[in-house]
Amino acid sequence: MELYDLTVYQLSDLIKSKKLGVAELTKAIIDRIKKIDGNIGSYITVLEEDAIKQSEKIQEKINKGTAKSPLAGIPMALADNICTKGIKTSCASKMLENFTPPYSATVYDKLLSEDTVLMGKLNTGEFSMGDTTGNSYYKQYKNPWNTYRVAGDSNGGGAAAVAAGLAGFALASDMDGSIRRPASFCGVLALKPTYGLVSRYGLIASAPSLEQIGSVTKDVTDCALVLNAIQGYDKRDSTSVNKGYTDYTRALVNDIKGMSIGIPKEYITGEVDPEVKKAVLNSVKILTSLGAECEEFSLPVAEYAASVYYIISSAEASSNLARYDGIKYGYRAKEYKDLLDLYKKSRSEGFGKEVKKRIVLGTFVLSSEYYDKYYKKALKMRTLIIEAFIKAFDKYDVIIAPTVPTTAYKSERKTKEPFNKDYMYTVPANIAGLPGMSIPCGVDKDGLPIGLHLVAKPFGESTLLKLAYTFEQNTNFHKNRARI
Amino acid sequence: MEYEVVIGLEVHAELSTKSKIFCSCTTEFGGDVNTHICPVCTGMPGTLPVLNKKVVEYAVRAGLATNCSISEYSKLDRKNYYYPDTPKAYQISQYDIPICHGGYIDIDINGREKRIGITRIHIEEDAGKLMHDDKGEASFIDYNRSGVPLIEIVSEPDMRSAEEAKAYLESLKAILEYINVSDCKMQEGSFRADVNLSVRKKGESKLGTRTEMKNLSSFRAVVRAIEYEAARQIEEIKAGREIVQETRRWDEGKNMSFSMRSKEEAQDYRFFPEPDLVPVVVDAKWKEEIKNSLPELPRDRMKRYINDFSLPQYDASIITGSKKLADFFEETAKKSNNAKAASNWIMGEVLRVLKEKQMEVEEIPFPPKYLAELIILIDKGVISGTIGKTVFEEMFKSGKNPETIVEEKGLKVINDEGQIFNIVSEVLKKNSKSVEDYKNGKKRAFGFLVGQVMKETGGKADPKIVNEVLKKELEKSAD
Amino acid sequence: MELKFTKGTIEHIAELARLEFTEEEKEELALYMEKIISHLDKLDELDTSYVKATEHIIPLNNVFREDEVENSFDRDEMLKNAPEKGSGCFKVPKILE
Repeated sequence: MELYDLTVYQLSDLIKSKKLGVAELTKAIIDRIKKIDGNIGSYITVLEEDAIKQSEKIQEKINKGTAKSPLAGIPMALADNICTKGIKTSCASKMLENFTPPYSATVYDKLLSEDTVLMGKLNTGEFSMGDTTGNSYYKQYKNPWNTYRVAGDSNGGGAAAVAAGLAGFALASDMDGSIRRPASFCGVLALKPTYGLVSRYGLIASAPSLEQIGSVTKDVTDCALVLNAIQGYDKRDSTSVNKGYTDYTRALVNDIKGMSIGIPKEYITGEVDPEVKKAVLNSVKILTSLGAECEEFSLPVAEYAASVYYIISSAEASSNLARYDGIKYGYRAKEYKDLLDLYKKSRSEGFGKEVKKRIVLGTFVLSSEYYDKYYKKALKMRTLIIEAFIKAFDKYDVIIAPTVPTTAYKSERKTKEPFNKDYMYTVPANIAGLPGMSIPCGVDKDGLPIGLHLVAKPFGESTLLKLAYTFEQNTNFHKNRARI
Repeated sequence: MEYEVVIGLEVHAELSTKSKIFCSCTTEFGGDVNTHICPVCTGMPGTLPVLNKKVVEYAVRAGLATNCSISEYSKLDRKNYYYPDTPKAYQISQYDIPICHGGYIDIDINGREKRIGITRIHIEEDAGKLMHDDKGEASFIDYNRSGVPLIEIVSEPDMRSAEEAKAYLESLKAILEYINVSDCKMQEGSFRADVNLSVRKKGESKLGTRTEMKNLSSFRAVVRAIEYEAARQIEEIKAGREIVQETRRWDEGKNMSFSMRSKEEAQDYRFFPEPDLVPVVVDAKWKEEIKNSLPELPRDRMKRYINDFSLPQYDASIITGSKKLADFFEETAKKSNNAKAASNWIMGEVLRVLKEKQMEVEEIPFPPKYLAELIILIDKGVISGTIGKTVFEEMFKSGKNPETIVEEKGLKVINDEGQIFNIVSEVLKKNSKSVEDYKNGKKRAFGFLVGQVMKETGGKADPKIVNEVLKKELEKSAD
Repeated sequence: MELKFTKGTIEHIAELARLEFTEEEKEELALYMEKIISHLDKLDELDTSYVKATEHIIPLNNVFREDEVENSFDRDEMLKNAPEKGSGCFKVPKILE
């Protein structure tokens, strides 16, 4: 096992017992980034000098015994739509290619106070919007398990980096399964927390009511440690929930006896890859053998979730992205004849194709003629989806399904179908604000990872962690590493 | 007149909170460009708004003071449009559920009371300021004002003349000042009015097509704009043309309104609920607290002055039109125990001097109690009314109290009969022609002689005694 | 499906969104919109006339801050990312009002 294969808590042990120096670890990760990230494309910005300086400072604290956090000295990376003061934050877009925010996201401040080391900013879909290949302005990011395969849309840089050992853990935003799908493809664990649990301040969101900052880690213990660090009420975020501090490591218990698990039929019939279905059903068997009660049930709203998502996310994005006009920051066209032209050229030249398409869709569904038919309808559907889950959670503790109905597909796969039905698996958690987690549960015949998706009721992270932990303690999927 | 003018007014008032609506930048007016800004009020990526509680409180106050119903539940919405002064390319405002609705203000017009309805009051954020380079090819944006809290007060189209519109604006301004939610300084932009105007044949119930007029920087401009636009629309209709629904810009210099660049496509603001903010709930308890904190309102104060101080309606209305003026008056009236005199002084000399020197009430260099003392000095007969005016001027110049001024300048009334007799004698000796005139029946000569006596005494002689003595002496010489 | 995405519709939306497209792009967009809308229209299958719209997913109300002033940001820092500036301001082509 190389250093970069170790989990956060394994590294933390070594660091705290002084068997491993922080700078040594940082340098090892940087070396690996230099060696293989050219093939993977998970980083947009690597902060070599800053990271080494930071690691030396933290080592001093560790020597003095003042670095108490379990994350002290751990190399981590943030998606490039999370603001980092003084460090370029581009959202993987030409529009913000040269944007350096004079403020930081709250989660970054928190991780700094936990003495982590920022290795760099990660590749994502442009403004969190993915097409099947990831849709970054900079470069396509690839799957470390097989670089001819996609890492997943739309914020896949984090999953790729963690899977390839290029960061101890990563934070990225999840708008539609944007970190869960890549985690499924890359064989790592991702958690999108309950809406309001983690501060959104400093996240350059496209869809404010759907998007949350989540974590990508190698296993569930790491996930709990990171969640402990990033949770918490933030007065700068009006949608932040004040519910005090929870120690999520206490949920890491190997016992799911009596846990009630529901599997929506809609997610395992239909176009699910047979190997994915096999892995999921196998997981159900394992969970049953461990004492859980699993049964299939019907969740008809799932069929409509992707449509609801497209409407709400594009509407919000069309508004959130309107501020990019080349005036206060961001890309400004070189040639324009007047103000109107400045707006049109800057925006049309600065945004990529997929982003522009979504803006057009969003503008359309909000337009006065169609507002009721689409946007208002979507908000009503949102009510139905929320209600369906409330009803389901009356009966079940966790709802499981595949995270994606396939494994990582080929990079050249271009589909003529712009409507991505895969969203229906992960997007209900965004629409209803529920915690959603993807954990590795197998591989296909080509050795590509398969992800199991878990959803609990609001603030039910502890239930997800317990289930995932129990699963891990009785399987080895989370121990697989991409050989790259 | 066969046509009726129908007017509705939209007023934007900047709230006098210390900090902006969604961030803690100061709302202070003036200040060097772009020095009251932060990532939130300039719409930088990833920033989020947090609502200033005082803004909600002030909006509810405004609603209660104008007899509105307060929405127990209301929310904020995004109004999406592109303009460089709007950094997020949307304004956070309220669309379908404003915080206040269904109120009214009573105004006095031609001796009668008229009720002007208020459709709604909602909260929203102000935009930045654009400055244009006259010679160059650029415009510049200052975001200091971006994020300053506003309330928008929309009236029902209940006004029928420029006079009524002016009365409504004056009443509304007074109310907002009284309840301390805005300093309502039109010249600083903290009180702005847009006029919605249409015309129709008298007796018709259907509303005509209306135009909206902006860029009105004073009440006088509002009056002029209404008169112009009403005439313009009537002329158009008479000529058989249709009124175009559009926004027009008032040009104060030219005394005309101009059509603003009208687009074929109407503006589509694509309103939707603001996802970065949560709803506002004003429960009965909070509403009650705010209600109890309201001071006496202008109209109630006016009625009280009419009842308690026996002031005429006109005086009471002028004085209560400004809270600071009313405060000054009331203090003066109480301390001098002579409300009538206090009112006369305020309506007369005080307002005259303030206008002359372009001063505000709060800039009067002496406290109300000095004016009261002046009134008392006159009432006691220590000085004459005429001298009182001189003392008043001096009070304005030096800020000293009237007694000191009277002492220093020796302005006390001369009421010593002997002294006056001497002066009268002198005057009669010097002005024998006038004496002749008087004896020949020219009554005006008497006034002239009185004037001469007053002149000799520097206006300080007690006019009553002068009159008596002069009469007596003239009678004597008749013999 | 009654809705047809004509070039005119695309142009109208583009105008609202301050975007401009080549003729080819407009055709692509029209096709894109038609495909997506055909999926979105499936929502009509469900009768939601009795359903209340969810405008905020967390049951929070009255999140406020106190009316306190804090120091504003330094102007130079705020202008740092501005593509064009002058006289302490953000700069745009002359606006005629």
